Amino acid sequence: MTFALDTAAPNAEAPPANALTVEGLTTSIRIAGRWFDAVRDVSFTVGPRETLALVGESGCGKSLTALSIMGLLPAAVGRVSAGRIVVDGVDMTAADEPAREAMRGDRIGMIFQEPMTSLNPVLPIGFQIAESLIQHRGLSKRDARKRVVELMELVRIPAAEERLDAYPHQFSGGMRQRVMIAMALACSPRVLIADEPTTALDVTIQAQVLALLADLQKQVGLAVLLITHNLGVVASVADRVMVMYGGDVVESAPMRSFFKAPTHPYSEALLNAMPRVDRATALAPIPGQVPTLPDMPAGCRFQSRCPLRVDKCAERPPLVPMASDPAHAVRCWVRAGA
Amino acid sequence: MSDVAAPAPVSLAAPSAWRRATRSGGLALGLVLVVVLILVAALAKWVAPYDPDAQDVMMVLEGPASAHWFGTDAFGRDVLSRVIWGARISLFVGFVATLAGVVFGTVVGVISGYYGGKIDKAITAATDVLLSFPQLIMGLMLVAVLGPSLRNLILAIAITAIPAFIRVARGSTLAMKERDFVDACRALGYGDLRIMFLHILPNIMDEVVVMASLWLATAIRTESTLAFIGLGVPPPTATWGGIVREGFDNLLDGWWLSVFPSLAILLVMIALNLIGDGLRDATDPRAPQ
Repeated sequence: MTFALDTAAPNAEAPPANALTVEGLTTSIRIAGRWFDAVRDVSFTVGPRETLALVGESGCGKSLTALSIMGLLPAAVGRVSAGRIVVDGVDMTAADEPAREAMRGDRIGMIFQEPMTSLNPVLPIGFQIAESLIQHRGLSKRDARKRVVELMELVRIPAAEERLDAYPHQFSGGMRQRVMIAMALACSPRVLIADEPTTALDVTIQAQVLALLADLQKQVGLAVLLITHNLGVVASVADRVMVMYGGDVVESAPMRSFFKAPTHPYSEALLNAMPRVDRATALAPIPGQVPTLPDMPAGCRFQSRCPLRVDKCAERPPLVPMASDPAHAVRCWVRAGA
Repeated sequence: MSDVAAPAPVSLAAPSAWRRATRSGGLALGLVLVVVLILVAALAKWVAPYDPDAQDVMMVLEGPASAHWFGTDAFGRDVLSRVIWGARISLFVGFVATLAGVVFGTVVGVISGYYGGKIDKAITAATDVLLSFPQLIMGLMLVAVLGPSLRNLILAIAITAIPAFIRVARGSTLAMKERDFVDACRALGYGDLRIMFLHILPNIMDEVVVMASLWLATAIRTESTLAFIGLGVPPPTATWGGIVREGFDNLLDGWWLSVFPSLAILLVMIALNLIGDGLRDATDPRAPQ
């Protein structure tokens, strides 16, 4: 038996082509009393059934981008200082907090890295999945419960009915991540942000969860923004790839052309640092480390670690499409001409 | 064929909190004592052998005997019956005042810890001021200002309990709000109220309950102390502290007057502390197994 989620777009008159549009997003964070741009001028769109992978190492701004989209930046230390974020036709940057609250969990869902700690340990699973239905859709407890069983079957939790009243500690990591997915999808959102959804799981479970996400995405027409540092995961599920470094998008490309021809020196270095079975050469680590925000060089932020550095790198390169493939854009003075 | 018996199945599951709590027997013993005391107090009308206020001039200051197990006081009233009736007031004041202190203190503490910032600073400062008074002095001042009556006594003791619960709830909330599941709640669009009282509160209840069981003892002791110094429920209503005080005037003629109500107070203190310690051991993962 297959179960289809409610796929009708909430605003049927003019369904926006893109479920998620981010234009010129700049997010600042406060360090020792000063504001620094930790995400600079990031733009992208994700359409229904599409998966955009946001790739980069820790601190590159990928999680901050996600928090900005969700409107969950801690106000004391983070703010969206420029740009527009449109989720399912609603401008999140212009909306007030109650409006954003109504969007979260309803039209846009998020799953997190740590399934072991992202569930409330003292509340039963069934209630936790039902809660957003009760909150956003005003379902009665009994109706919500019925829907919860359907959702648990949808994410392939066996013996769903018996497990409604089980607590998180009775579930394994993989099962908990399925519960998180069920929670995020309960209200049939149009956009799902998956922040390192499989990083904390065993490799075999990773594959299961990724396959599940891909399946659900096709069924429901979900737009997925996948945040990860695992290029293996990117290769298996992404349609498009965006590489971030120091808050800048340094390369944006369709998945295949990215893996075939990584163009930015940082992307290249990332791929060379990844173990591959078809290559006998030693892994090449990227020398040095990401400068902290106060120490970021002016111009290209990768210049301090870049083997191709030229004088022009002191100026910030633009993100330009490549002549050979307009879908493939890169932010590099040296490589952009190619 | 070997006839070695199959090894007994080994339970790999951690012993349940209840098993850990009751292993030493303290929690169970404390619970039994408290339940018995509550039953005796609730059924005082049937359990007490005499009317606690009935005077008998023929039986003044009689020592413990089969007719009067705990003896009689200067008015010929049966001390056992007075202790039983006194339990009603002492336990009632203790429970109600603690409950009020727990509810109010916990709510304020969760709000303070959750929001942080100026709200938290103000609440913490007020809490620190209240906590700087010894708890008994605080209760004494409040009763002196409000005047001794059952309601004011409960109010005063509740107020002395509030800052302790604010502090415990605030501290636990501070730790809890950094947990991933709180972020997950925000990502699901839940409001602050829902997150505070549906998600954080159940997670900090273990500490609040342990604290409450210990505070119950403090509240009952405070009530007795206030009654002893004459700021309790006015006579002739029997309360434990009041009976001890009345007995004091004739202590040289009748030791039983003060000793038996004191033993009753002692018994409750021991029982509640056993419960508190047992609960703490059951909920504290660092406690020795």
